[in-house]
Amino acid sequence: MKIIAALSFTFSKLLIPILCISVLCQSVQASNLQNVNAGTSDIRPYSSDVVQQVRVAVASNFIKPMQQLKAHFEDETTYKVLVSYSASGKLFAQIINGAPYDVFLSADQIKADKLIKREKVSPLQRFTYATGELILWSSTPLLVNNTSEILETNAFRKVALANPKFAPYGQAAVDVLTNLSLLEQTKPKWVMGESISQTYQFVATGNADIGFISHSQKPEHGSYWLIPPILYTPIRQDAVLLKSAEENAAAIAFFEFLKSNEAKNIIQSHQYTVD
Amino acid sequence: MALTESDINAIWLTIRLAFTVTLILLIVGTPIAVWLAKTKSWLRGPINAIVALPLVLPPTVLGFYLLIAMGPNGPVGQLTQELGLGLLPFTFWGLVIASLFYSLPFVVQPIQNAVEAIGKKPLEAAATLHAKPMDTFFHVIVPLAKPGFISAAILGFAHTVGEFGIVLMIGGNIPSETQVVSIQIYDQVEALEYAGAHRLSAIMLGFSFIALLILYSFQKRGIAAKFRIGR
Repeated sequence: MKIIAALSFTFSKLLIPILCISVLCQSVQASNLQNVNAGTSDIRPYSSDVVQQVRVAVASNFIKPMQQLKAHFEDETTYKVLVSYSASGKLFAQIINGAPYDVFLSADQIKADKLIKREKVSPLQRFTYATGELILWSSTPLLVNNTSEILETNAFRKVALANPKFAPYGQAAVDVLTNLSLLEQTKPKWVMGESISQTYQFVATGNADIGFISHSQKPEHGSYWLIPPILYTPIRQDAVLLKSAEENAAAIAFFEFLKSNEAKNIIQSHQYTVD
Repeated sequence: MALTESDINAIWLTIRLAFTVTLILLIVGTPIAVWLAKTKSWLRGPINAIVALPLVLPPTVLGFYLLIAMGPNGPVGQLTQELGLGLLPFTFWGLVIASLFYSLPFVVQPIQNAVEAIGKKPLEAAATLHAKPMDTFFHVIVPLAKPGFISAAILGFAHTVGEFGIVLMIGGNIPSETQVVSIQIYDQVEALEYAGAHRLSAIMLGFSFIALLILYSFQKRGIAAKFRIGR
């Protein structure tokens, strides 16, 4: 019996993705239906007697400012904000497979480009909401002395960075190491996180003695080097309003709110620069 | 259907990991399973529960605790450093240790069930013939519980191949060291390289199906064997 229980457990692991796929398929159908409705009649997918809501997909480096932005926006309007945090690549895949998000805050510009190319987003409904800063951080005090010294002297065991294949902060870290001519020297010591949050976790637990993280993640303790922006391509993060949400008043209001000075102040207070 | 070099490295690493883990688990898990099958001690319940924990715990919980425990400030990390082994996260042997926990119930439970199914009689018969415990084990338990051992090996291997959450948390994605197939697929999906992800996923699907097919064909015979023993 236990073998069967164990097997059904492995099957249940298989079942979950299958269920997810079928749910996704349904939501694709649902969103197609919505589009048909919006196109052929005046019936809006969002009726006015319920609280209007905006569903926002947010890259995981932007969790802290997003929490504040949501609170402010909900205070000032009657709209409700539903937020999903994940790596931008995963959110992008969900969106092109019909996930019902209204606004997407990516960690880069590539995904916005691709959504425009796939006609999920109008080129007009896109702007840079934040530009990220990269730091080299250690949870050990005084280990990093606000210069590149520790990298140059190679006096560390492991350096954590987000996977440069898909994480913009990881690509920026590679830029820095390339510009310091330390790419080959440090490569054997790399450990890669799947997102900037996991990279932070590797350093915070001390398993990697140093790591490249977003300035917005930096806690009070430890030591860090604020990397000069000339050493890497700016990490410009773009927001888009999905075409399917262009009729949604709550989504439009939130998208406009992101461009307001109030929102910009919140974003800046989390160590991002804004245009 | 061309696999890249890093795909092949990932497959080879995964096979090495699963093989190492299965081998160690058969050696470590068998005494636990035999003890659990035979004991009347009050510890049976708690040990059973501990062995089964990885079945219900999210891999993230295991991964998170292992990351902390094996880190420089954790008890395991301090021990390995004192022994001159360095730190285990982001190494092949770190993954081996994590997988030992993760796949433990998949090896212990089939063996335990098979030994329980043997019942007392063959063991008592062996005892009347003055068989020593080791003789009984190799000449009575192992042959009679063979389907259980085979199930254990297949499940342990397959489950380690399918491991993802823990590796993601303590692996650090190092090629040929911790970048196993499941991580490679995840990376390809993240990087929007869906063609590459499809290739490896299809291989995983085929492998898992064949592993389970073999397992079930053995289990049928195992049930037949149980009935014979019962009489």
